[in-house]
Amino acid sequence: MARYLLIDFGSTFTKLTAVDSEIGDIIATANHFTTVDTDITVGYKNALSELHKTIGKPMVFDHVVACSSAAGGLKMAAIGLVEELTVEAAKRVCLGAGAKVELVFSHHLNTSEVEKIKSKNIDIVLLAGGSDGGNSECVIYNAKMLGEGHINVPIVFGGNKSAQDEILKIFDEYHLDGYIVENVMPKINQLNIKQAREKIRELFLKKIIEAKGIKKIEQEIEKVVLPTPEAVLRACELLAKGYLYEEGIGEIVVLDVGGATTDLYSISEPSKRGDVILTGLEEPYAKRTVEGDLGMRYSATGILKALTKEEITMINLEKGIDIEQEINQRNLHVGMLPSNQLEEDVDRLLAEMCVYKAMSRHAGKMEEIYTPMGMVHHQTGKDLTDIEAVIGTGGVIIKAKDPKQILAKATNIFRNDFELRPRRPKFYIDETYSLYAMGLLSEYDPLLALKIMKQHLKKV
Amino acid sequence: MKSIVIGVIGADVHAVGNKIIDYTLTNAGYNVINIGVLSSQEDFINAAIEADAELILVSSLYGHGEIDCRGMRQKCIESGIGDIWLYVGGNIVVGKQDFTEVKQRFLKMGFNRVYPPGISIDEALKDIKNDLGE
Repeated sequence: MARYLLIDFGSTFTKLTAVDSEIGDIIATANHFTTVDTDITVGYKNALSELHKTIGKPMVFDHVVACSSAAGGLKMAAIGLVEELTVEAAKRVCLGAGAKVELVFSHHLNTSEVEKIKSKNIDIVLLAGGSDGGNSECVIYNAKMLGEGHINVPIVFGGNKSAQDEILKIFDEYHLDGYIVENVMPKINQLNIKQAREKIRELFLKKIIEAKGIKKIEQEIEKVVLPTPEAVLRACELLAKGYLYEEGIGEIVVLDVGGATTDLYSISEPSKRGDVILTGLEEPYAKRTVEGDLGMRYSATGILKALTKEEITMINLEKGIDIEQEINQRNLHVGMLPSNQLEEDVDRLLAEMCVYKAMSRHAGKMEEIYTPMGMVHHQTGKDLTDIEAVIGTGGVIIKAKDPKQILAKATNIFRNDFELRPRRPKFYIDETYSLYAMGLLSEYDPLLALKIMKQHLKKV
Repeated sequence: MKSIVIGVIGADVHAVGNKIIDYTLTNAGYNVINIGVLSSQEDFINAAIEADAELILVSSLYGHGEIDCRGMRQKCIESGIGDIWLYVGGNIVVGKQDFTEVKQRFLKMGFNRVYPPGISIDEALKDIKNDLGE
């Protein structure tokens, strides 16, 4: 029997979840503002004393582990050759590793792009390009550019294997902090995420945590093991697949609408139909996408940009509001919490739009093509039509009076069969914010983590 | 090993010939990147860039090859692989047209080799060996 303290050092809040395996459940949760700018331990200790208060007595934990997205999270630059192929593959690796993809570059790098890697405070660079045995000229050129630019953050090379020797020489010559992993796209349209993702995680633990002032917390706790989004992704995978005799809930989509981004996770086979022609880069079973222009506060203006003039007028007429003004106000006051019915309604409307747009970009597309051989279905991306459940997390969804209304925007509300959105899913919310915690717990006791998740998901 | 990108262009789903070409060229010792049916010009070009291919072999069986192939050489040039070998074959035009004229049209479009209907892939293989140098 063991007691676990599971922590998330988030950008705004430090969240604590205590689990007792004897009881087989969460025994208490607490949170406090993250204090990474001054001393991260202050916020942690405050949250901890609150947790002890809730439990009613001080408690000793057998394992104290954390995930973190504090201090800007894990910021990465993804570099590849062709946009639809190695660039996309590199991007997916970064997202799957729980990173924020700040910069994306294709083909030959130029000096100003290299400068951007420095000025944006990128934590790790992923350099890809060329299938195995394919183009190696471009990655070699780009590695040299990174060397000339004195990039002093870790560089993970996941490109053409035939270029590896040359790349190692460049790493040496320019004294770069370089690492070699398997090609992220060994063959055209084939995705190979695993090794690159592991390396990124390892670097995150070894270097990034220290650089961000999170390391000192390790005197207080055992260790920081994952970037928060990766913890969530692991939890989702476990929840979908199940563990040993404990069944999972089947294929799922998880929506997280935050202040700055809208994150979407889908755990599902790319396609289950035998009568479609599937093209494009292979889709991962556990896929995460992050929409940096869709959010409730910092990125609220992105929602506005996604609307046409007519749509804005229509919303204003229908809801009796000035949507532009509402959005700008939220963008200026990012700490704003809705204080009346109208503000609540506007927040809900914005969340609905984030969900709708984000799903549009995440879900695959199906085209009907008339050929001389009859009609054929041509699919690109993931088919989410038969998803079992859509799960919402993040403040605006969890606290909404009718979360289902927001979550339903992920489905095919406009009967647009071109987009492969979930058709008839069940809806749940992660009311106790337990996904990140169960992702962490799954490293120790997957069975318990799965049981707790199933118990705590609230059907809406 | 030299790389060749093959596939069927446009809204065309004829997969059998594509498999035969894949088999023959692989057996002949080439690294074949088969992007399959329903492929656009961009799909061919992107694959050729990543794989550093020396030849793109476009198949078209449904008669719309001329529209589908238009501008492909120009796109290759724009993409930095302007000197790649471009082959095309199949039933590349509608109806029974004089093949010498058809061939001229495709050559003018920037294709290096143009094959009439019903030709065996072994014929093309001879040209490939010749053009790429064994």
